[in-house]
Amino acid sequence: MPGTPETSLIHARGLTKRFGKLTAVDAIDFDVAPGEAFGFLGPNGAGKTSAMRMIGCVSPVTEGLLRILNLDPAVHGPQIRARIGVVPQSDTLDTELTVRDNLVIYGRYFGLARSEAARRATELLDFVQLSDRANDRVEPLSGGMKRRLTIARSLINEPQLMLLDEPTTGLDPQARHLLWERLYRLKQRGTTLVLTTHYMDEAEQLCDRLVVMDKAKIVAEGSPRQLIEQYSTREVTELRFPVGVQETLDGKLDGLGERVERLPDRVLVYSNDGESVATAAHERGLQPETVLVRRSTLEDVFLRLTGRTLVE
Amino acid sequence: MLAQAGRSYEHMFLLYKRTWRGSIFNSFLSPVLFMLAMGIGLGTFIDRGGADALGVPYLLFLAPGLLASTVMQTASFESTFPIMAGMVWIKRYHAMHATPLRPADIALGQLGWIATRITLVAAIFVLVMVAFGATRSPLVVLAIPVATLTGMAFSAPIAAFAATQDRMDKFNAIFRFGITPLFLFSGTFFPIEQLPGFLQPLAWVTPLWHGVELCRGLSLGTIGADPLLDFVHLLVLVLFAGGGLLATLMTFRRRLVK
Repeated sequence: MPGTPETSLIHARGLTKRFGKLTAVDAIDFDVAPGEAFGFLGPNGAGKTSAMRMIGCVSPVTEGLLRILNLDPAVHGPQIRARIGVVPQSDTLDTELTVRDNLVIYGRYFGLARSEAARRATELLDFVQLSDRANDRVEPLSGGMKRRLTIARSLINEPQLMLLDEPTTGLDPQARHLLWERLYRLKQRGTTLVLTTHYMDEAEQLCDRLVVMDKAKIVAEGSPRQLIEQYSTREVTELRFPVGVQETLDGKLDGLGERVERLPDRVLVYSNDGESVATAAHERGLQPETVLVRRSTLEDVFLRLTGRTLVE
Repeated sequence: MLAQAGRSYEHMFLLYKRTWRGSIFNSFLSPVLFMLAMGIGLGTFIDRGGADALGVPYLLFLAPGLLASTVMQTASFESTFPIMAGMVWIKRYHAMHATPLRPADIALGQLGWIATRITLVAAIFVLVMVAFGATRSPLVVLAIPVATLTGMAFSAPIAAFAATQDRMDKFNAIFRFGITPLFLFSGTFFPIEQLPGFLQPLAWVTPLWHGVELCRGLSLGTIGADPLLDFVHLLVLVLFAGGGLLATLMTFRRRLVK
């Protein structure tokens, strides 16, 4: 999506980050519009966190242009940080303080008066459903609760822009869904969300638009639906064969569907009609242990673009 | 700038509020025990021996030295593990850096807090000294800021180093080969003239002896007998504290901005 520093909340052109000889982010271009939920999807090590840290103004840009809220992070880092909320990949909560004090002291960093910080803390604890734990220490909280507290903390300055680095990594499904639901509410209130993830379901749930990153570069961009339409077929037939059988299938899968991907543990056949692929496979005398027909996901897009799966 | 540093300072204060009772109690207990055992117990023997070897009763000789040494120890401890907690274990400095606070604000807040902590330790120590009659001059009040400066001459360089570390292994070496020998051989328990000649320069180039001498001069009222020497003592402490401060600003920045 084309944009200018004035119309975009984040505007990056040729954005590059190098650590010595390692290029973590290699000349990427992107814009994030106000109110959008924008995602960086990619495997670990793709450069997502490095990009996020540059946007968060805690990591200097090596090369290229970056404007956040139409300000230059090299000059106005503290001013930009004053207006964004950051949920880092690993929790940085103060485990020696209470849940409530974590929020209040964070509000103080943004220059809020103590009474105002306290008022917002009460409100935010309610928003992330932690009011009953307000006076408990942080340490015994579950992973999901700590994540929610980190999100509450990042909202204490009423940010225009929220940066979430792997917000649900390591959480159980129930905790993830609760978190997604809260983030969805924020999005509806008009907060701009920028998140990184290596979970395609998270990207599909939350992102209006995303870029797929691989090896420090952006390899594709679009809405989840657009990406799936562009890089995959409507349906996928997953064939799982008994141990040892898959290696003997050379040639027998050719022409089954539009495209065939062989993963170590299963074969994916891409087509617009998954059921007929399953039928055709049986007619060819193939005897898979299990057959699953499903819709294409971003995982398939990633596989198509890079030849690898997202979570290894 | 100061307002920003004040916010990181406030965080440390909030943490201290959880443990202040025990901390204050210890700050009283330690000098009381030392003065009873070394000053009065051991001191009685020493004074019986050769009365005027030190020019004053042993308790009066020892107390200001212990003041400077105790503050050094607290300052050093507060500049190792808590810094590592901020950078590595709890990452509270990283959390602060995601806000308008800059690395310099965070470093200043932390060092400012340590200065407050050790000033409290020094003030309590002086109170105990007065209670034991272990001081002769009202100038002992000035030994409080001098002890704080002595502490910062250790705290700031150690904090600068601690901010570069990922593990705590080297901290033990600091205490074993740095702090403990200095405690024993910097004129706290006996004048450094008693040391073998080749060891004396070690006292001259490290901060503790200078702090001990100044505190002793203030506590006994003998300060000013050699103004040039007093000035040199002060200068050494200021150089260590100031150099350490600059180094801390640098290592905090390097660690947090990547």
